[in-house]
Amino acid sequence: MKKLHYSELWCSSPRYWGGLAALTFIILLGMAAAFHMEHSGHWVTGMSNQVVWGLPHVFAIFLIVAASGALNVASIGSVFGGPLYKPLGRFSGLLAIGLLAGGLVVLLLDLGRPERLIVAITHYNFKSIFAWNIILYTGFFTIVGIYIWAMIDRKAQKFYQVTGFAAFFWRLALTTGTGSIFGFLVAREAYDAAIMAPMFIIMSFSYGLAFFIITLMSAYWWASRQLGSHRLEKLKNLLGVFVGAVLYFSLVYHLTNLYVTQHHGVERFILLDGGLYTVMFWLGQITIGGIIPLFMLYSPAFSENRFAIAIASLMVLIGGFFQIYVIVIGGQAYPMNLFPGKEVLSSSFYDGVVAAYTPSLAEGMLGLAGVAIAMTLVAVGARMLKVLPESLEDPEEGIA
Amino acid sequence: MAGKKEQPQDIKRREFIGSTILAAGVATVAPGVLLTVANATSEDEGANSEIRWGMLIDSNKCVDNCTACVDACERENGIDLLRRPQGQGDEMWNAQRPQWIRKVKLRDRQTGEVTNLPMMCQHCEFPPCVDVCPTGASFKRADGIVLVDRHTCIGCRYCMMACPYKARSFVHQNVEQQTIRAPRGKGCVESCNLCIHRIDSGATTTACQDACEKDGHKAILFGDLKNPESELSKALQQKSSRQVRADLELNTGVRYTSL
Repeated sequence: MKKLHYSELWCSSPRYWGGLAALTFIILLGMAAAFHMEHSGHWVTGMSNQVVWGLPHVFAIFLIVAASGALNVASIGSVFGGPLYKPLGRFSGLLAIGLLAGGLVVLLLDLGRPERLIVAITHYNFKSIFAWNIILYTGFFTIVGIYIWAMIDRKAQKFYQVTGFAAFFWRLALTTGTGSIFGFLVAREAYDAAIMAPMFIIMSFSYGLAFFIITLMSAYWWASRQLGSHRLEKLKNLLGVFVGAVLYFSLVYHLTNLYVTQHHGVERFILLDGGLYTVMFWLGQITIGGIIPLFMLYSPAFSENRFAIAIASLMVLIGGFFQIYVIVIGGQAYPMNLFPGKEVLSSSFYDGVVAAYTPSLAEGMLGLAGVAIAMTLVAVGARMLKVLPESLEDPEEGIA
Repeated sequence: MAGKKEQPQDIKRREFIGSTILAAGVATVAPGVLLTVANATSEDEGANSEIRWGMLIDSNKCVDNCTACVDACERENGIDLLRRPQGQGDEMWNAQRPQWIRKVKLRDRQTGEVTNLPMMCQHCEFPPCVDVCPTGASFKRADGIVLVDRHTCIGCRYCMMACPYKARSFVHQNVEQQTIRAPRGKGCVESCNLCIHRIDSGATTTACQDACEKDGHKAILFGDLKNPESELSKALQQKSSRQVRADLELNTGVRYTSL
């Protein structure tokens, strides 16, 4: 067996520096957008007292969910003992940290009072799942940080197994926490469902792995290193399983809701006559994010095609983004039923009507900056730490 | 010799230093003590858990197209002082400006019966907004009033997601003018606080109740739910009333008759 050598992503190529410059530019735009929103107040956004969480939350939740999923590859290597996955563990940890940081920056900069971060850190209401999430996120950085160290430093290798397990359970808790943000909202018909938490976990598996495949392929392309087809095929097949599982969970979620008469209204809204939200659900989430990538990942026609794998992963991400959009924005746009059995004839506060929401440019720029922050951290991290094997050529026969 | 001569002066110096420190100490501590003593008036005592403030709204008496309660609330709490940001359209301004109390007109899908009512924070015994607030800024006072501590609100808006009554508003724009009765800050969440400034200074009615009464409708009755002798308790005993979304078991402090 060949000895595995890790090295920093050493490349002076314009591809690397040009990419980094582009990412920095996106981040700067996002920071300017955040300043604009905080300086003027949220009235410059599309958000209102009806749709209180907008596009920045969609980006933030998407990145946070993907972050815990990106750690999966490392977990498969250390918790479930997959030899093909083990060399990818370090990069998986770095990507997880990057994605989480990107998501949290967006979440923070969309607060009404971001300068009060210190209040959020010093005042805790332990009944709030949000407060728990602050602890879960901080802990995730720490544990994954130690985990990466244990993977890199030979002297710390004794902690490898322990931190591997700790990180695995922590990431499950983290996604449960993120899913529960919605699962605990008893009043809103689209959210009040225990299935939210496990559904978010399976969504994280799928988005995280899609992010992983794309960043891994880009890194190896950037540095002109070898990436074996067999390893990529394993990752691709796993992604297919996760995409199928997300579809299954969505099916169960909607079937359960359809059984409950009280939820017929919101189901009709999402599945049939919700306009943009219905299109996003069927075209975005189900077709682009589910059926097409599933076909591309499993069809023999594409089995050796790297471009197809990259496109399928990208589509999983786009579909996932729409899925979160439908959950977050669609769930708020549908009116809460304050008075069952009554119709609202008039209200100055939009009771009983679908709330309008058109995201502003600034919101989109802040959200994209979150993605750019995640990618920059990964690019800079991979340049400074030995996270990527010099070659990921397929192992010889008998090892897999 | 010189040392002996200087000794009394040295003692004086020490005395001087001592008395200076003492004076400085008194000057530092005294205002605090005085303030505490001055504060200990009945007006500023902590909220009393023997009381639970609540309301009864008689929907039969609530008149279509009347906005007396809404107007009074906006005046009382300085909501009318907020200026629409330049370039803001009508629809968005209405969707974004704070509304502590709003009028809702309903029709029963089966019977066609039409009901008018004011909707505001229901001051739940088990408020979901308090449960979800990460910093504890959203809290319930001992006397049952649910409100937001503007000093610890980080503007995350999770309480607005959790409130089943859409009772909360986020301040979307810069605040130029405000009243000392209802401090307001851009980027914080706020909602009806049952005119806490009035109650704490001994008043027994809210602005909306006064306005409704002045217009001769008497649809709103404010009072102590825990005192069986209060007008509110007596009215609740006599009439059949209900909670909005009673299925959530939040035990609201605001009740409605004829709904």
